[in-house]
Amino acid sequence: MPSTLLPESVDAVIALLERHDYFADRRLATSVFLALKMRRPLFLEGEAGVGKTELAKVLATALSRSMVRLQCYEGLDTASAVYEWNYPRQMIEIRLTEAEGKVDRETLATNIFSERFLIRRPILQALQPDDGIPPVLLIDELDRTDEPFEAYLLEVLAEYQVTIPELGPIKAASPPIVVITSNRTREIHDAIKRRCLYHWVDFPSAERELAIVRRKVPGADARLSREVVAFTQRLRAMDLFKSPGIAETLDWAEALVALDRMSLDPETVADTLGALLKYQDDVGAITPQVAAQLVAEVRIEAGKAVEARV
Amino acid sequence: MADRLLFGRAHLAENILHFVRVLRKAGLPVGPAKVIAAMEAVEAVGVDNREDFRAALESVLIERHEQQVLFDQAFELFWRNPQLLERMLQMLLPKVYGRVPPADAEAPLPSRLAEAMAAMPRKPSIEAQEQEIDLDAALSFSSREVLQSKDFETMTVAELAQVRLMIARLRLPLPELPTRRTRPAAKGTEVDLRATLRAMASARGAVLPLAWRRRRTRRPPLVVLCDISGSMDRYARMLLFFLHAITNDRDRVHTLLFGTRLTNITRHLRQRDVDVAIARVSAAVTDWAGGTRIGACLAEFNRRWSRRLLGQGAIVLLITDGLDSDVGDGLAQEMDRLGKSCRRLIWLNPLLRYEHFEARPAGIRAMLPFVDEFLPVHNLESLTQLTAAFSRHARRGGVNAERFAA
Repeated sequence: MPSTLLPESVDAVIALLERHDYFADRRLATSVFLALKMRRPLFLEGEAGVGKTELAKVLATALSRSMVRLQCYEGLDTASAVYEWNYPRQMIEIRLTEAEGKVDRETLATNIFSERFLIRRPILQALQPDDGIPPVLLIDELDRTDEPFEAYLLEVLAEYQVTIPELGPIKAASPPIVVITSNRTREIHDAIKRRCLYHWVDFPSAERELAIVRRKVPGADARLSREVVAFTQRLRAMDLFKSPGIAETLDWAEALVALDRMSLDPETVADTLGALLKYQDDVGAITPQVAAQLVAEVRIEAGKAVEARV
Repeated sequence: MADRLLFGRAHLAENILHFVRVLRKAGLPVGPAKVIAAMEAVEAVGVDNREDFRAALESVLIERHEQQVLFDQAFELFWRNPQLLERMLQMLLPKVYGRVPPADAEAPLPSRLAEAMAAMPRKPSIEAQEQEIDLDAALSFSSREVLQSKDFETMTVAELAQVRLMIARLRLPLPELPTRRTRPAAKGTEVDLRATLRAMASARGAVLPLAWRRRRTRRPPLVVLCDISGSMDRYARMLLFFLHAITNDRDRVHTLLFGTRLTNITRHLRQRDVDVAIARVSAAVTDWAGGTRIGACLAEFNRRWSRRLLGQGAIVLLITDGLDSDVGDGLAQEMDRLGKSCRRLIWLNPLLRYEHFEARPAGIRAMLPFVDEFLPVHNLESLTQLTAAFSRHARRGGVNAERFAA
């Protein structure tokens, strides 16, 4: 599978992503363009559900690369992130050598710690892809792991290489496209950020969000889509603990389509609010009165927009 | 220049010794070995060039970049002017401030350096002793403390030394918790296959004992929310030193101060030099010794910081007297949320030192049901007892909290 050529300009990035159903604003597209051009990792930080992980997936598809995903968690270590030795095979090898009884110690030690016995985990896979095409390496939710792993990543991100004590450094022939995401549940160390291009992924504008809803939930009525987007945008302006992300907007739109709704009404909002808001305090803040008020507002707004188009 | 600087060879050694003592008193870790090294260095470079002389001392006496400021100031004062004490007086008395060039705003002359020099028994004349007494009087003058921007420089050496002596013994009082990482250990709980196989390979497959690993332990993150309003003033000042002592790069300690607004001072406290750190804190905090809006500040913490700081099972230390100047309805809700977002919520309240303390004020009543632990914090003794509190496993409405909530 030949990999698609990298886009030549910011506009080309926007167009490329849009062909694959990802609507990036110009700032994000610029960061992506620079990351590809300068071969630097892209560090995406932002609220949950604003499309950080999605961007990596779309990049992989759009550029015809495979995607290697490393989901971070606390205690993630090299054995599950980078490589591990295949202990059972090593044991068999030792037994066999022993049975033959002629190999000396040094050779045996070198033999069983050779590449044949190496199990590649995501990071090593990304540095040494099977097909030779550098993949997209997604290091997802880096904030979930701990500082020691961050420190380990420094070598990977700066040199695109890992060092295995028994084998020495393994360097990527051609660097993978690295996308790191963080939900900011803690601050990532400056040393990591310094090696990356940083971008804060914000909630989309109403216009862009509408485009996303129209594309991703084609079953939703034009008017309903407008109302859904207008409603979510209003929620984000409110003083909520967790504002709904794009993922929540899409979930909600799909929920409403599944319920055969063509338009919003206060009762439906109350019944389906769980798709949008995930904290009881936030759900409680949207009282029936507030919901009715919001619905009335978005109806007028959506109505105007539809009229304007007609 | 050598004449002005030194009074002959014997004096040189003596002066270096004095200089090192000044640095030590000012808090630089310079031991007796450093004196000998410094003398050797000065021998090697000679005393003809002031810059070489300075560089020689510097290379021996400084170990960290943070110590540079203190060293520079000490060097300037010590080696330029033989009339040291008089000079120091001029620097310290507010009424003659105009005559001295203003200190760098970033790094004001640390009072501990000034006093370390003043307290030296270098010229033990009666005159000097009298001046020292004046000096103390000038330093304890504290009317400026109530100003919006707090001037920590007025802390006296006696006060500081006392507090810091005790603080030096304090470590982050958190018990270690097991993590998911392991390290090699003689009596471990998991087999270290990698080490075992390496040993087997070099032993040509002979049967060998297994190598083991066990879980690493680590302290959980600590988030400190400290009240700096007027009623907490005396304690907040003392606590800042404690907070500085337990803040470093390795342990995950975050500190936020609040009065009428919330300020994250973690980065300032990471500054190793306590003078610089506290100068930066006082520059960053604008609501020192003002009113309190506990509810509003907790709400801001919950919204802006809790998800960023409480992620990995953090313990929250809330230091306040609970006397809220605008007790809103929101206080209880915010406390509830805070309590639910962290591993343990510990409330340190200086008012608890009074024997007949009763949880009457509305603020205290609103906050009490949501804390795991309710403890006094009126002296450093109570800080040292924190370790026990952290290790306990009581939940909501735990030790002490129930007693007062009743």
